[in-house]
Amino acid sequence: MSTIALDRYRQNYLNISYTAKSWLLSTDHKRIGILYMISITLFFFLGGIAAVLFRLELLTPQADLVKAETYNKLFTLHGVIMVWFFLIPSIPSVLGNFLIPLMIGAREVAFPRLNLVGWYLFMLGGLFTFVVLITGGVDTGWTFYTPYSSSFSNSAVVATIFGVFITGFSSIFTGLNFIVTIHKLRAPGMKWSRLPLFIWSHYATSLILVLATPVLAITLGLIAIERVFGVGIFDPALGGDPVLFEHFFWFYSHPAVYIMILPGMGVTSEIIAAFTRRRIFGYTFVAMASLAIAIIGFLVWGHHIFVGGQSAYASAVFSGLSYMVAIPSAVKVFNWTATLYKGSISFDTPMLYALGFIWLFTIGGLTGLFVASLAIDVHVHDTYFVIAHFHYIMVGASVMAYLGGIHYWWPKLSGRMYPEGWGRAAALLIFFGFNLTFFPQFLLGYMGMPRRYHVYAEEFQVLNVMSTAGASILAVGYLLPLAYLLWSLRTGSIAIPSPWGASGLEWQTGSPPPMENFEEIPIVTEEAYTYRPESS
Amino acid sequence: MVDLPIFPIEASTIAIHVDLLLTGLVAISTVFTLIVLVLMVYFGLKYRRGKTADRSNPPLASTKIELAWIFGLILLSVGAYTWATVIFFNMNRPPEETIDISVVGLQWMWKFQHADGQREINELHVPVGYPVRLVMTSQDVIHSFFVPAFRLKNDVIPGRYTELWFEATKTGEFHLFCAEYCGTNHAEMIGKIIVMDPRAYQEWLGGQPGGVSMVQAGEELFTELGCSSCHVAGAGVRAPTLAGMFGSEVRLASGETVVADEAYIRESILFPQEKIVTGYDPIMPSYQGRVSEEQIMQLIAYIRSLSGETGPEGGEDENQ
Repeated sequence: MSTIALDRYRQNYLNISYTAKSWLLSTDHKRIGILYMISITLFFFLGGIAAVLFRLELLTPQADLVKAETYNKLFTLHGVIMVWFFLIPSIPSVLGNFLIPLMIGAREVAFPRLNLVGWYLFMLGGLFTFVVLITGGVDTGWTFYTPYSSSFSNSAVVATIFGVFITGFSSIFTGLNFIVTIHKLRAPGMKWSRLPLFIWSHYATSLILVLATPVLAITLGLIAIERVFGVGIFDPALGGDPVLFEHFFWFYSHPAVYIMILPGMGVTSEIIAAFTRRRIFGYTFVAMASLAIAIIGFLVWGHHIFVGGQSAYASAVFSGLSYMVAIPSAVKVFNWTATLYKGSISFDTPMLYALGFIWLFTIGGLTGLFVASLAIDVHVHDTYFVIAHFHYIMVGASVMAYLGGIHYWWPKLSGRMYPEGWGRAAALLIFFGFNLTFFPQFLLGYMGMPRRYHVYAEEFQVLNVMSTAGASILAVGYLLPLAYLLWSLRTGSIAIPSPWGASGLEWQTGSPPPMENFEEIPIVTEEAYTYRPESS
Repeated sequence: MVDLPIFPIEASTIAIHVDLLLTGLVAISTVFTLIVLVLMVYFGLKYRRGKTADRSNPPLASTKIELAWIFGLILLSVGAYTWATVIFFNMNRPPEETIDISVVGLQWMWKFQHADGQREINELHVPVGYPVRLVMTSQDVIHSFFVPAFRLKNDVIPGRYTELWFEATKTGEFHLFCAEYCGTNHAEMIGKIIVMDPRAYQEWLGGQPGGVSMVQAGEELFTELGCSSCHVAGAGVRAPTLAGMFGSEVRLASGETVVADEAYIRESILFPQEKIVTGYDPIMPSYQGRVSEEQIMQLIAYIRSLSGETGPEGGEDENQ
């Protein structure tokens, strides 16, 4: 017990200074991670409020809560905020920033000041975009399809694009920082084959961040050029080609989906290993699957254009590649499940989230095969089927993983334990609420309800009511962790360095870690996830 | 298929194929998810911490099992992929004889022109049991023509022609939705496909005002706009004659060859400098802003008729 008492007064990255300046000018990767956590939590709830509003509107087939224009601005706000200001930064910028140096035995990321600049750009872009979305509003959808966005919309398109453009630099800086950190700052003995899978998945994610984000920046820039100067790029009336935009946009935005899911796969691998006390089955396959997803993910963008004027032969190729990208994902699911075999399994909150992740990711991934199948996509493209599919991946899986990660590493982040009972209850509530919200949308989509409709045919109502009911449960589910995690900061029990008995360097230092992470740089002599069978 | 209230009605020849494919994929997915679920629950119960179980020598990796798994997945994928792709190519290949209808999408309505000149807005009458081919374009932004009961959809894109063909199998009224977000009243860009008995359809056609067929309307425009002062044999100015041109290969000044299809003619009317026929001077003025998308479709129908192709006519015609 004496070590616990000592821990409380030991100097760590949190109690070293309490001034605002010490936070806002900190180049400590852990503090920057926390800054990101606070920021993206704010954006998550802002984007969530928009979702609540339009789910309420969709309770009835008529327009009663908001009019068409407001509805269109709401779903655009939801998409823009959730994609660029919550999902893309979520796990990498919060947990990645906090954990990558700790997991590889480093004292910092490679470029600490660049890291802080990244957060400022993120906030600048984020707040600017949010103000634009609230005051003027944009009604193009987060996809900005031309020529609607470039020549027809009367909303604040250029300002929004500017905000997203700025934020893109923070993505690039984060990706760059991680790549260099993982290459150059590993502790002695931390060979590539010994890296935790969390690191592998972030390495793959970083490659996408660095390679794809510039394409988005250029594409959005071209919209602005067409809109402001009337240069014909995408609008056929000016001599442009609107399908060209779709190719450019999805060349970024499809890999971006993998930016959102790969880190979640990393978190899940860590949690499964910790709560089964087992090395992840087929470590090498799981690690390489991350890279395979990142690489093949760059070659599938055309599956967004099966009914968009692309040649049938091109579509056939993109469909085949999309099937291929599902294989490494299936390999991961198989290996996580196999890890449970002969494990010593404990069902704490993080594990519930991890198992929920596997389940939702499996459904999201399999329905991905439906939309990758040409003949089915013709019918379900731009319907609620697609909405349900990508929410299973991006909200179901990714947010489950993010929350699982936050709970798992909460002792490390805060030095306190969260309340286990509340944790489990919230995890189950979120899982249930999520499925009730989005499963009916698969049926709605196959019935033929198009997305982005604020009024709809009568026969779609029952499923819409179910979905809205689910969304209200989900909203409560998301508010719970916010409440009890904040509460635990004062009243949670003090965490020991390794409360889960997990392997990994981050558990070999204090909770919370000292400013310099490790008193002495550790020397790594073992593979990741080395558990002795006796330890169960 | 089972007629559940959560399952859309099947009203085209292709719908049954799409639904069978869906059923196949649902079956594969169910098996897959059940395997994951059963293993998860079984291992979870058996190896729960604190419970005694045989945990000796847990396997760490097995290249053999992984490769077998991957190979199995590939086989399954190739099967599903081929199935879906074959149906898709059938969706894209209209039969030889079709009833052709021109479609123009605009914020926020659907406009239709039948070959014999009948026009409709947001309602499209078609006969049951005949293949219908839609040639579609947009006057402003991207729209998407979606008929859930037919399991068919294709984007309607400004500056291009896209096509969609179907053969309805049931009479009745079916939803037509715009599926590509197109601005404020996107959700109200909806309509009805009214599938009729062939006889009722003929009666309906006869009862519509219109009179001037698309070919005739195109011919009138051809004179009115002055096209005829250059593009007929013996005219004062040298311009390519249009008789027999439609569907042929045209050699361009740039050395390329293009097939003279709808898109090519449209482009040549609006942007005549883009593709110059070899041996001719680039002297034709642009008609951008002077003709509507619907008028262009009429001109195309006329030019097409000059090649002996009757083009968009009624389904009863004996065209090849």
